[in-house]
Formats: sequence, structure tokens, C-alpha cells
Amino acid sequence: MTEYQNEQLSVAQMRTGQTGIVVGVAGGPGLIRRLDAMGIRPGKPVTKISSTLFHGPVTLGVNSFRVAVGFGMARRIIVRVDKHLP
Amino acid sequence: MKRILLVGNPNVGKSALFSRLTGTHIITSNYPGTTVGFTKGYLKLGGVQAEIVDVPGTYSLEPSSRAEEVAVNMLKEGDLIINAVDATNLERNLNLTLQLLERRVPMIVALNMWDDTRHRGIDIDATKLEALLGVPVVPTVGVTGQGIRELVGRLSGAKVPENVRTYSSSDERWAKVGDIVGQVQSLTHRHHTWYERLEDATSHSAGGIIIALLVLFGTFWFVRFIGEGIINYVGNPLFELLWTPVLLKLSALLGGGGFWHNILVGQLIGGQIDYTQSFGFLSTGLYIPLAEVLPYVIAFYFVLGILEDIGYLPRLAVLMDTVMHRLGLHGYAIIPTILAFGCNVPGILATRVLESRKQRFIAMTLISIAVPCAALQAMIIGVVGNAGAGGGIGYVAIVYVSLFTVWIVTGIILNRTVRGFNPELLIEIPPYRLPPWQIVGQKLWLRVSGFIREALPIILGTVLVVNVLYFLGVFHAIGNFLSPVVTGLWGLPRDTIAALLVGFLRKDAAMGMLGTLGLTAKQLVVSATILAMFFPCVATFVMLARELGARDLLKATGIMLAAVLVMGSLQNLIL
Repeated sequence: MTEYQNEQLSVAQMRTGQTGIVVGVAGGPGLIRRLDAMGIRPGKPVTKISSTLFHGPVTLGVNSFRVAVGFGMARRIIVRVDKHLP
Repeated sequence: MKRILLVGNPNVGKSALFSRLTGTHIITSNYPGTTVGFTKGYLKLGGVQAEIVDVPGTYSLEPSSRAEEVAVNMLKEGDLIINAVDATNLERNLNLTLQLLERRVPMIVALNMWDDTRHRGIDIDATKLEALLGVPVVPTVGVTGQGIRELVGRLSGAKVPENVRTYSSSDERWAKVGDIVGQVQSLTHRHHTWYERLEDATSHSAGGIIIALLVLFGTFWFVRFIGEGIINYVGNPLFELLWTPVLLKLSALLGGGGFWHNILVGQLIGGQIDYTQSFGFLSTGLYIPLAEVLPYVIAFYFVLGILEDIGYLPRLAVLMDTVMHRLGLHGYAIIPTILAFGCNVPGILATRVLESRKQRFIAMTLISIAVPCAALQAMIIGVVGNAGAGGGIGYVAIVYVSLFTVWIVTGIILNRTVRGFNPELLIEIPPYRLPPWQIVGQKLWLRVSGFIREALPIILGTVLVVNVLYFLGVFHAIGNFLSPVVTGLWGLPRDTIAALLVGFLRKDAAMGMLGTLGLTAKQLVVSATILAMFFPCVATFVMLARELGARDLLKATGIMLAAVLVMGSLQNLIL
């Protein structure tokens, strides 16, 4: 729960339906670049649409489109969650 | 000749625009990565012929897969760029637009999927966007053709903007994109459509798996229903009523036997023509492709076309991701695999959307060993499932379960032994759309006519060659050489060797040969499984060689031989 206290958590840890602002991507330059090209970059709000059983991909809503990211990638996308947001 | 490039993000409707611009029909779908190679077409531009290229979709000019690499390399050779932009996704698309402008190639923007913006509550000021970008912007709808005339009319106005900026960082470029979007786009609230509700249901974890199973069984059932329907009510009656009398006359003319009779008409069974047994050039040679295989090819591609255009396949990729990771792949690899169930050749080509060499090697090897194409499946169902000849649908199921086991086990072994890395899934999930029926129809026609054009001559040729080789006793000689494996390990009669060898030319024709040998149900199962796994047909083999290179092709072949030896022996022992 420490993540909640400083309000930072990974996309994998978010609840379904929760929205967070991307703070950073804890990965190599290749991953950062690929996510950046998809519009997932610091300052961007992302909404967790769904997750899959057994550590499967996480589907995110970014602007008006949806993108599925593997679970390992989801663990590397760090967001800041405003507790007052649903 | 001028070369025009059609460039944009994946799944923004480039292929539909291309079809509209050139009048040639190419395959379009509702998932990112339909175009992995490139397609060329021609367009009259001010009385002059220009070449237009449908470039694979890419999110940025720094490629992360083979398909994106193809796209970026092609940019060096363009005289003019048509940048296809998804109007419902302006922000992400404009990021690529700005990168393209930095290349200083004359450009025009097609603001595609324009019809979708209204019910999504998006309002875009195209004139203002044109002023801000400094290049012409034309709203278009590729699927219906709206705006295409204007797009062509304004191609000559494509230009390099007067003050092109080069951005020093991605952040700077995104800031500019945000600035433009803020000025030209306004959003209004709207209600959830029923598609979006369906979307929520199918991307829900447990519900998604149930829906996926329903889709899978529904697909098999529907394909079989349509396939068998066409065979029973169209194919068989046509052959029996119209073609049999012609062949019987020919048979009488040729004196009822002899070399030419055997080649053209084949063996008469009880004085009659039996299309599955006679094996003549004009009897079985025509019957297999037209009456047995074609109905299933039509049925399969009809259902596939609908699944593609609705946008279901990316969701399936998400659901399958965890399983596919065990095989050294990620979920996206399910799309090439499904395409391969139609024909292995486009399936193997589609593995280009995968990012790493390890993934591509595993995906191609698994497809060529364990995924039977629609033509072979039609014949397996026809021959192994033929209750009259001692088979049955239960035996067909054994073949499928065996192949599935090979797919899983080989994948797990390859994942542990092939060096390299397996990146994670990153895939855009397109919104569900009602399939545009005109496009489903065009795509079906394209694929079916492709099958007839490419497969029919090869099947006919195969039947001809088989008959001549039999006559010359060539199979007999090879049979002596291979019989320890075939009869000893697999428990099959020596005659099957000829059919297995013919499988290298066409697997459906080979399965037809197996049907003439009077095999027991067990032998049918073993031989059908081996035929499916054994060397891929020559068209697939050529494609594999091109995509893998000599070394990896040799490796894949070794894996295939090992797998087929083990599976054939196991079936012979267990069944």
C-alpha cells in the first residue's frame, strides 16, 4: 500500500476503471520510444480498461483509443493517481 | 515515373484508400498490420501515370518490427507522400505527420475515417488544420470513397511547408501536436454505443474467454455448415449431372483403359467414375480443387473476413497472450496463425509484425509444422471424416488434437532452446465496427480467385505428375528406401509414401491420394497427421526460405522431421 501513500503506482497495480497521469516509464530507451509513439508518455492521462487473468495484458484507454500492453510492460508504466478521481 | 507513398499509423484505412485511389482491390481489415509487405498500384495524375505504394503502417519513423522497417526504408524513395490520418485519433496520428514533414517530401494529408468523427462527438476544423500544417488536408472515407475525388484533385498541390521545423526531442514534437489539436479539435459528450458495451464484455477477463470459445466453435461449425452445404448442394450435383456423362464418353472413346485413359480419366471403379478414387487428370484432378476444397476455402475466408473487419482479432491476441508467452511468442502471433489456417503463405508473411527474430522463427516453424491450411483441412474432413470408408468425425478430432499438441509442445521446447528475446505485447485495440459488406465481399472474391488461380493449375499438374511417376515406377523405388520408417515406425502401408511425397506439391491432392488406398481409420489418422506436419507445400517452403534464410530454414526443417517422427510413432503406438 506504500504506492498509494505517495500516490504512485504501476498501471498493473491500478484498479480497473481508474485513471492516472503517467509519470514515467521504468524501462530501456526502446520501450520508452515505442510507448511514446503510441502516445503513452509523461503527463498523459491513461485509464485502465481491463486486465487479463494470469498476469495477461492490461488494456489502457489513451485519448480516444485503446491499447493493450503486456503485463511486464504494464508494471513499468508508472502513474500518479489522484485519490479524488473515480 | 513519379512515386506516391501512402503512409500512416497502422489501421487508419490506408489499404481502403489505396483500393479507392487505384481501383485495384487489396485486402483490408480492422486490425493493425494487415499490410506487411507493400502493394503497388497505378494512378493517372494529370495525364501522367504515377506509381502509388501502400506502405505498411508505422507509429513512428524509428521502426520496432520488420513491417515498420519496410515502411521507413521506403520513405527514401518517394516523390510525394499521402499521409493517411485517422480523424478519430488526431493527436497520435499527427505525431507521425510532423515526423514526415521533417523529411521535406511534398505531402498531402487524407483526414480519413471522417464519417466516424461525428458520432464519436469529435469536431475537426480541416481548413484550420491545413493552415497550421502548411500542406493540403482533405477529409476522406476510404471505405465508401467519399472525398477521394477531391484528394486526387489536390495531389498536385502537395508541397513541403515553407517553414518546416525539426524538433530536437519527442517532447517538443508532442507539445506542438498538443498545440495543433487544441486549436482544431473540439469534443462533445456522447452516449455509449452498443459496440462499446460489447467491447467491455469481450475485453472482460472471464467473459472474454467464454466469448472466445464461442467464437472458435461458432467459426468451426459455421465453416463446416457452409462448406458441406456447397459440396452437397452445388459441387456434387454439378459434377455428377454434368461432368460424369462427358467423362464416360471420353472413357469409351479412349477404349476404357490404357496409358492416356489412366492419365485423363483415371481408373474406373466398377465401371463408373468415382471422383475420390479414380485419380485421373480430368476426374479427381478437377474434383478435388473445385468440389471438395473450394467450398471450404469460400466458407473459411467468408468467416475470417467478418472476424477481421469487426475488429475481434486484436482482442483474441490479448486473451491468448499468456498462453503464447509459454511458446516464446506474444498474443499478436495468433493473427498470423489464424491467417495460416486459410493458407500458410500469407500466415508466414504476416509474422513480420512480430518484433524479434526469435519470435518470427518460432511462429513460422509452428505454422509450417502444426497449422493445416483450409485446403488440407477440407480434404481431411472429406477423407478421414468419411464414415462410409470407415472414418468419422471423431477421427478428424484426433488429428486436430494431435496437431494442437504438437503446436504446444514444440512451442514450449523452442521457447526454452531458441536464443533471443520475446518482447511484450503492445497492440492497439481498434473499436468494433460493423463489417462493411461490400468490402467483405471484395476481400472474399480476392482470396477465392487467388486460390483458384494459384492452386488449381498446381493441383492439376500434381495429379498429372503423380500418374506419370506411377507409370514409370519411380514411387516404387523411393518406397523401398523409406519403407522402414513408414511401415516400421508409423504402421502405414508402403503405398502411402507416394502420397506423403506428393504432399510437397499440394497437400490437398496428397490427402486425396491417401483416400484411394483403402486405409484403416487408424492409418488414416496417422497418415493425415503426418501429411499435415511433414514438409510444407512448395509455396510455403519458398516463403519460409525467403523469410528465414538458409540456416534457419535448415533448423526449422530438422525440427519438423523430429516432430513428425515422434508424433507418427506415438499415434501408431497409442491408437
